[in-house]
Amino acid sequence: MDVSINVNGKAHSQDVEPRTLLVHHIRDGMGLTGTNVGCDSSSCGACTVHLDGQSVKSCTVLAVQANGSDLTTIEGLADTARSAGSATGDQNWHPMQEAFQQCHALQCGYCTPGMVMASVAFLEENPNPTEDEIREGLEGNLCRCTGYHNIIKAVQSVAGDAS
Amino acid sequence: MTAVMGTRMLRKEDPALLTGENKFIDDIHAPGELWMGMVRSPMAHATITSIDTSGAVGMPGVHSVYTGAELQDLGIGVGALPCAWPVTEDMANPPHLPVAVGEAKHVGEIVAVVLASSRYEAADAAEHVVVDYDELPAVTSVDAAVADTAMAHSDLATNKAFHWPLDPNPEGTAAAFESAAHVVKARFVQQRMICAPMEPRGCLAIPSPAGGEITFYSATQVPHILKVMIAATTGIAESKIRVIAPSVGGGFGGKLNVDPDAILSVTLANHLGLPVRWTETRSEAAGSSHQGRGQVQHIEAAADADGKITAVKVHLDADMGAYMMLITPGVPLLGSFLYTGVYDIPNLSFTCDGWFTNMVSTDAYRGAGRPEASYAIERMMDLMAGEVGITPEEIRARNYIAGGDAFENHEAASTLVFDSGHYRPAHDRALEMADVEALRTEQARRRDAGEAKQLGIGMCTYVEICGLAPSRALGGLNYGAGGWEHATVRLLPTGKVEVVSGSTPHGQGHETAWSMIIADKMGVDPNDVEVLHSDTAKSPLGLDTYGSRSLAVGGVAIAMAADKVIEKAKLIAAHQFEAAPEDVEFESGAFSVAGTPSKSVHIQELGFAAFAAHDLPDGMEPNLQEQVSFDPPNFAFPFGTHVAVVEIDTDTGGVELLDYIGVDDCGNQVNPLIVEGQVHGGIVQGASQALWEEAVYDEHGNPLNPSFMDYLVPSAAEVPFMKLDSTVTPSTTNPLGVKGVGEAGTIGSAAAVINAICDGLSPYGVTDIAMPATPKRIWEAINSNGGAA
Repeated sequence: MDVSINVNGKAHSQDVEPRTLLVHHIRDGMGLTGTNVGCDSSSCGACTVHLDGQSVKSCTVLAVQANGSDLTTIEGLADTARSAGSATGDQNWHPMQEAFQQCHALQCGYCTPGMVMASVAFLEENPNPTEDEIREGLEGNLCRCTGYHNIIKAVQSVAGDAS
Repeated sequence: MTAVMGTRMLRKEDPALLTGENKFIDDIHAPGELWMGMVRSPMAHATITSIDTSGAVGMPGVHSVYTGAELQDLGIGVGALPCAWPVTEDMANPPHLPVAVGEAKHVGEIVAVVLASSRYEAADAAEHVVVDYDELPAVTSVDAAVADTAMAHSDLATNKAFHWPLDPNPEGTAAAFESAAHVVKARFVQQRMICAPMEPRGCLAIPSPAGGEITFYSATQVPHILKVMIAATTGIAESKIRVIAPSVGGGFGGKLNVDPDAILSVTLANHLGLPVRWTETRSEAAGSSHQGRGQVQHIEAAADADGKITAVKVHLDADMGAYMMLITPGVPLLGSFLYTGVYDIPNLSFTCDGWFTNMVSTDAYRGAGRPEASYAIERMMDLMAGEVGITPEEIRARNYIAGGDAFENHEAASTLVFDSGHYRPAHDRALEMADVEALRTEQARRRDAGEAKQLGIGMCTYVEICGLAPSRALGGLNYGAGGWEHATVRLLPTGKVEVVSGSTPHGQGHETAWSMIIADKMGVDPNDVEVLHSDTAKSPLGLDTYGSRSLAVGGVAIAMAADKVIEKAKLIAAHQFEAAPEDVEFESGAFSVAGTPSKSVHIQELGFAAFAAHDLPDGMEPNLQEQVSFDPPNFAFPFGTHVAVVEIDTDTGGVELLDYIGVDDCGNQVNPLIVEGQVHGGIVQGASQALWEEAVYDEHGNPLNPSFMDYLVPSAAEVPFMKLDSTVTPSTTNPLGVKGVGEAGTIGSAAAVINAICDGLSPYGVTDIAMPATPKRIWEAINSNGGAA
């Protein structure tokens, strides 16, 4: 089936097998390998992307279901912030990327793209969360390195800056 | 220039990881690559009576299908996988072929391999290989292995693989138990753990067009070791093998093995002349990746009337799983030296029996033997405190090495010499940060009020062995390799510094830390330092990353190589100044002549001079490049005190980790930001063993919780912020005074959490609880004791 997706602001069309998972289409079809696969049961959130502004686990969506959608992956996140005029720091990144580095919220970095995408979407839904709300909000994203300590700090720092 | 070491420098690794630009193994592709799809045994122990591959051959995208027997017939070098640590001369080591022949020994063992053009086609075709099995009796627990009635390997007469003693003074131990005022005995189970790095394992073997050479990409912690082991296993010359570890998404020990998939991809790529790859799925990992822990610990401690411990006696029954993998049998031995903990206990008697079972092999998992030992002795300290009638704090204070004062070179009962320690300050600081007095008051109030939610406070004062290291010591343990680490430092013509690291990162931040060491040593900007690593073509010598060794061995090698570069550069500077080398000083990157401030040159300016070689001192070789293989004289022994505070719902058995305090001492710190990150993650991993994680098998050897749906890696919602501090007791075994911190958190936290639960449940008569302390186990413990406070 032909699947057309507006990915990170650019049109992309490709013929895909109907059973193809969106995450495999992103990685193998579009060549955007920043979005990772960490499990096979929609448990870990490493594959989190924004589909029409919503945070989704792209291993739980078929590529064909995303036909006609706007898709943002980690590769396009900084550009989104630059367009919105909210990019920050020396790297001119999305504030969440900046906060993750400043707070040392990543070690091996494998969960990081999904964690960042989930955190951005979470704060859009809840701009002034409590610590518990952040923890509950990111429950679907697993990290084995950080014990979550600095991830929560990073999200708090972005929430704090925004309020 | 101000010091860089000791500052919270942000990581150089982060930009690529935060933008998706870096490459993990599954991100790398080769034209014409074939995907391996593994056909795995659904039986824990069975004779393979027939394999019909005809249903898979001819499916879309399928290139070929191989059974184990066919691979052996081809004679393409698919030999048995290596065990580098035969712990005794007579250790049983049944051959572990990458693809089983004749008999399958655990669920998940590969019985055939499909090669296809895509991951989907490979998976489809693997489903169409039909294998007939005759089920054999399976050994699916340590207890069943010890009973020795069914055999994990049909051709072995016993499941026991080895017996290993460490008993320097048996008479001393016997006498101590004979004269003891108090004796406490316990049995602890270290349940099997799934390593579960967030990135699954994977590999890609690319043969060169002319044939004979292989570039092997692997999500591995150990590219250098892998290269040697691939050469030894397949017969391909080392000079023809290049191993590259790209960005590696965590390891925790789970990526330090020589796995069937590695040998298969290399030999099939070499045989076919085509790239061959594999990416593990998460559920597959429960049968395809080694697991951690898997020990039953029998421990006894003797003490005098004051609670001074006089001897510890330990017997381990260690679950090897079906086969000896790279360091499977050595893992429990790594803990043997630590069963006296941070205490001045004069006698230790230790034995370990290794047992085969029909489960996937065990091997290193964060801490590898030391968390188990720390858990056992720290649980015993609490049990002994109860026996003697003093507090956990007090019994520890009475037993610390050197009375809790600073010491150097303490010979423990195991005969290992602890480099340095100073245990009391970390103890005091942790109790102060936790505000234990206030907690005890609140605990008493809840107990008096009979509240459903009870408080528990637990501590753990751990020591660990890290910086794995001294080659002679490892040789004495029959380990098959050394423990040195190699580094090269080059001052380039442009003045930039290139560091070649033999230790191999998988999330630790080596590029940042090594740049900081060089920045301070050579007086250069850390951004002028480039670190090459994880590629045996760029870094031919190394022994990689495990056992918290990178800094204490590899980082020190880098500092020493930098010293040699500075030494040589000084001769060039002296030559330019027309001064005697002994009159030249080096500070903050600049060489100058004492008393003549006008004569000064920055070391980076000498890079070009050494490269151009137009005017070097007579007899000096051009270029500034020095290398060091550092083999430390001893291990390093970090330590610390952890305090866990839990709230136990006595109605439901649910436990909430309310607070966690860690005061750790890893010697001098290069980057506290990285140190804290390591401790945070380690604490949660150990607490998770205490509370949530266990690889569960049924009586047929089926993994019952292979996926993240039911294997409980904790999320952010299960853990609190941690409160950390540190003390600094420099190591005496290396010139940087550094120890290691990668495993410390894990080594301290499981015991602290279980001690807290047992403390909270003490009014219910509960003295022990098995890990993971699930609500069911806790509820049953409360109610089997009458349920009344």
